[in-house]
Amino acid sequence: MARHVVATVDEIPPGARKRVEVEGRGIAVFNIGGAYFAIADRCPHEGASLCDGRLTALVEASEPGRYVLSRRGELVRCPWHGWEFDIRTGRSWCDPKRLKVRSYETSVEVGGAEATELQAETFPVSVEARFVVVEA
Amino acid sequence: MSATALGTSRPVAAKRQVIDCDIHPAMTSWTEVHPYLEPRWIEHLKTYGSHLRHAFSEALTHPRMSPDAARVDAYPEEGGPPGSSLDLMRRQHLDPNGIEHGILIPLRWNPGSQRNLDFGVALTRAMNSWQAERWVGQEPRLKGSVLVAQEDAVGAVAEIEARAGDPSFVQILILPRTDEPLGRRRYWPIFEAAERHDLPIAIHVGGTNGHPSTGGGWPSYYMEEHHAVAESMQAIVVSLIFEGVFERFPRLRFVIMEGGLGWIPSLCARMDRNWERMRGEVPHVRRRPSEYLGESIWFTTQPMEEPERPGQLLELMDRIGWDRLLFSTDYPHWDFDDPRYAFRAPLTRAQKDQLLFGNAQHFYGFP
Ligand code: FES
Repeated sequence: MARHVVATVDEIPPGARKRVEVEGRGIAVFNIGGAYFAIADRCPHEGASLCDGRLTALVEASEPGRYVLSRRGELVRCPWHGWEFDIRTGRSWCDPKRLKVRSYETSVEVGGAEATELQAETFPVSVEARFVVVEA
Repeated sequence: MSATALGTSRPVAAKRQVIDCDIHPAMTSWTEVHPYLEPRWIEHLKTYGSHLRHAFSEALTHPRMSPDAARVDAYPEEGGPPGSSLDLMRRQHLDPNGIEHGILIPLRWNPGSQRNLDFGVALTRAMNSWQAERWVGQEPRLKGSVLVAQEDAVGAVAEIEARAGDPSFVQILILPRTDEPLGRRRYWPIFEAAERHDLPIAIHVGGTNGHPSTGGGWPSYYMEEHHAVAESMQAIVVSLIFEGVFERFPRLRFVIMEGGLGWIPSLCARMDRNWERMRGEVPHVRRRPSEYLGESIWFTTQPMEEPERPGQLLELMDRIGWDRLLFSTDYPHWDFDDPRYAFRAPLTRAQKDQLLFGNAQHFYGFP
């Protein structure tokens, strides 16, 4: 498991996402309210890019006519057939045990020594900038 | 520490020939057909607009999970609805999915459902020219479907005559929920012309002639509507067979598009059983109903059935007949089937080639 600098924090503000490629694997990195989450960017159904999906909330009903909305913006809905995945865990809502995408640890590192060590080809690593790091 | 490459590339399909029998092109706006419409109808559109027999005439029948029933990733960067950009269609679908031929199925604006029949006929003419010039003329992998205003058989036949022999078109397209069940004799002049020119007739789900999508009336939810497409397709198959269409036009071929597959064997069994008992009511149906279906009707595969056990899919195809199935993706709609992953069963190379390419090549007479 290696650590990879994948973006600067400014590139993925809250509510945004970015598709990155780490050693040939597509990974979707999301920012939910300032926290970063990374999941495999390939829907287990027919392979759509989850990074293209809309963020959605969890809608539940205890009975017909009573609705509860929660976890706004914490699920991504596959852009093709609409399966919902929990961005925090990669698990699908419908069948969380069997249908899931891999999720990756993320962290934010401040520039300077730390980020220079995590050298990334595509970023000029500066002392002040903060970087999103994915363990993959 | 490994370097990180950033990019947006997606894995490219292994080289495999694919014929996609269901691609939906879209207009960015009505002005796209203006060059092909007589001034009288441009004026009509401006003043009165399009009139389909349902509420909010230019909207879809139900609000859906995704607007335009589209894949969320299919909106062109330059604006316009999904399916309106040939460039995006090439980049996102035709090239990476190895589409050798793609059949155009224009759905919106429904010329066949226009209440003003003269406008409907004029619109079929315009949209057919639009397909030929704007799509087929610029992308030879694409082929058009002759749109007809089926409620005006005379106008429909004239349009078929005008397009027959034009290599831009490979079939005629009619949407279900016609004014009367499709096997009724008012539509036979269309069938006669189709058979004479050896043009198959595609029936693709949809249609906005005012009939509810279910026999029990209008459902509340898109989820219900989405299931009802199979019902309307069964009604068409039953009507064509029992009205005697295939007795009168034995060389006429139909392809049922996007209606699902699971119901086909059970419908065949039920029709045959009932025919054994009540044949006397329809003596013109001289053979078992399933025989007509097995000779004259084909089916596109999307939305592919996804049974729990893969073996059930193989069994279903055995029962329908492997040679009856034409692969389709439904691009750019949300229920798109990817040629690489749509079949959830271990198919042999030969079976895959037959479904993805061979059957449609034969059906449409592609070289
Ligand atoms: S590809 Fe994601 S739900 Fe089908």
